[in-house]
Amino acid sequence: MSRSTLAAAPLSLAMLGLGLGLWEMAAGGAAPGGTAVDPEYARLVGQAAAQGGQAPFPRPSEIGARLWELLADPFYLRGPNDQGIGIQIAYSLLRVGAGFLLAALVAIPLGFLVGTSPLLHGALNPFVQVLRPVSPLAWMPLALYTIRDSAVSSVFVIFVCSLWPMLLNTAFGVASVRREWLNVARTLEAGRARTALRVILPAAAPTILTGMRISIGIAWLVIVAAEMLVGGTGIGYWVWNQWNNLSLADIVIAILLIGVVGLLLDRMLGAVAHAVSWQE
Amino acid sequence: MTRAYVSVEGVSRTFPGHAVFRDLWFGVERGEFVCLVGHSGCGKTTVLNILAGLDKPDSGGVIVDGREITGPSLDRAVIFQGHALMPWMTAEANVAFALSCRHPTWPRAKLREAARAALEKVGLAEAAERKPSQLSGGMKQRVGIARALALDPKILLMDEPFSALDALTRGALQDEVARLVAEARQTAFMITHDVDEAILLADRILLMTNGPDARCAEVVVNTLPKPRHRATLHRMPGYHRLRDHILEFLLTRSRTLAGTPPSGWDPREVPVVRPADVAIGAAETVTPQRALAAE
Repeated sequence: MSRSTLAAAPLSLAMLGLGLGLWEMAAGGAAPGGTAVDPEYARLVGQAAAQGGQAPFPRPSEIGARLWELLADPFYLRGPNDQGIGIQIAYSLLRVGAGFLLAALVAIPLGFLVGTSPLLHGALNPFVQVLRPVSPLAWMPLALYTIRDSAVSSVFVIFVCSLWPMLLNTAFGVASVRREWLNVARTLEAGRARTALRVILPAAAPTILTGMRISIGIAWLVIVAAEMLVGGTGIGYWVWNQWNNLSLADIVIAILLIGVVGLLLDRMLGAVAHAVSWQE
Repeated sequence: MTRAYVSVEGVSRTFPGHAVFRDLWFGVERGEFVCLVGHSGCGKTTVLNILAGLDKPDSGGVIVDGREITGPSLDRAVIFQGHALMPWMTAEANVAFALSCRHPTWPRAKLREAARAALEKVGLAEAAERKPSQLSGGMKQRVGIARALALDPKILLMDEPFSALDALTRGALQDEVARLVAEARQTAFMITHDVDEAILLADRILLMTNGPDARCAEVVVNTLPKPRHRATLHRMPGYHRLRDHILEFLLTRSRTLAGTPPSGWDPREVPVVRPADVAIGAAETVTPQRALAAE
């Protein structure tokens, strides 16, 4: 860790403390007075809803307590609508992992071909340019109609959104491999397979990894929305479910956990990128 | 007609708009070191790329050891102007990669061992585990030399291999290449615009006129005795006459001879001169190239 990060750490903590402190004070006092209602009605719909007032925004201390509660038993199973937060995140990770890996299996070989053949690049480019800006969620109805399985459909949506950055970066990385190195491979009569694996792939690896990092970032953004749409399981579904339950503390916790998991995913690929990076 | 070990026969190369060179004929005998000297733009690198098989001539062909070349080959190893090492491989892995192409059946241990031996020959045994980014310019080029020599090629092709290095390093590497090539009796062809480099290394020096439409105007035979060393080269009898002759060509005649060749010009019978031949007292004798090849 560098000296400046070391110096920044206490400052970060101070900012966090200050922010949480202000939040705690601001959210504290607003307990709704409200008129008395029929206690049976109140029991049915919840005290806050029965009184017509808004539930108070949760204070950091409440959120902390709830976080502790959730993390103490993250993998419980109490029926389809009540599963631990760890299980929900695992579902989401599984879908992202499956969609992302499938996309990598398609995008990297295809990007290789596109990068080595200007003809193929020219032919495929219009399609890529039109499809790339489409929100992956727009594919969802088509996926639901053809696949007829909501879980697989969300994997497909992840697949679609992960595809483009990996495809474009692989093609770019492969196309910009230095002429010199290809000439060395040619004078060594290295052959197509050996040139691809020993020269082009390592030369393009840092660019390919950049594409993969962009892809996994987008996939993790998209999975939350996709799961909100299809429901059932996953962290996105859980967020929407807690919104319906009006438990704002859980939503804040979900935001925090989504952020932490996304960071870890990026760091994982960052470590791989570091391993394959090279310096001239 | 006896054919040289490596024989360039009537090679022309045209780029859109202009001919780089036309109807180029020359040969390199087995074990001979030939330098091609000329100004930039005369197509020197193109000649080398055609010899390497990286570029194709528009007409004519190159015969190596009795066979016309059709593309790049392990028999013609290239030392590139930039070192062209793979930066993600260690020095040893760079050499081992080349060796694995030459000997696909060799096990990894044997490749390693051979790569080490090749690096040792250029004095880089300690740097075997280092990546190119951790090596100096001279060391990188040494790895490039080790990689090419490890292939045991029929001919070693060098494209201004030392032009990117500082003067001291360049001198050390020139001596090193002279030694390595002599030890291995390696046939070699080198592009350069450094006159002293050509005199130090070459048995024959081909002088190219300026482009476009460049041609090989003269063949200079280097009669200075071997081994030659950078430090003592300038004290050898005949060195200055040889050097002046080439310099004078580069400074004026490469320009005045450029363009349309004189009438009766035969590209297969390029004038041969021996400016350093003071012993015989027959400097500036002109003998046809083919007569020399038959000697």
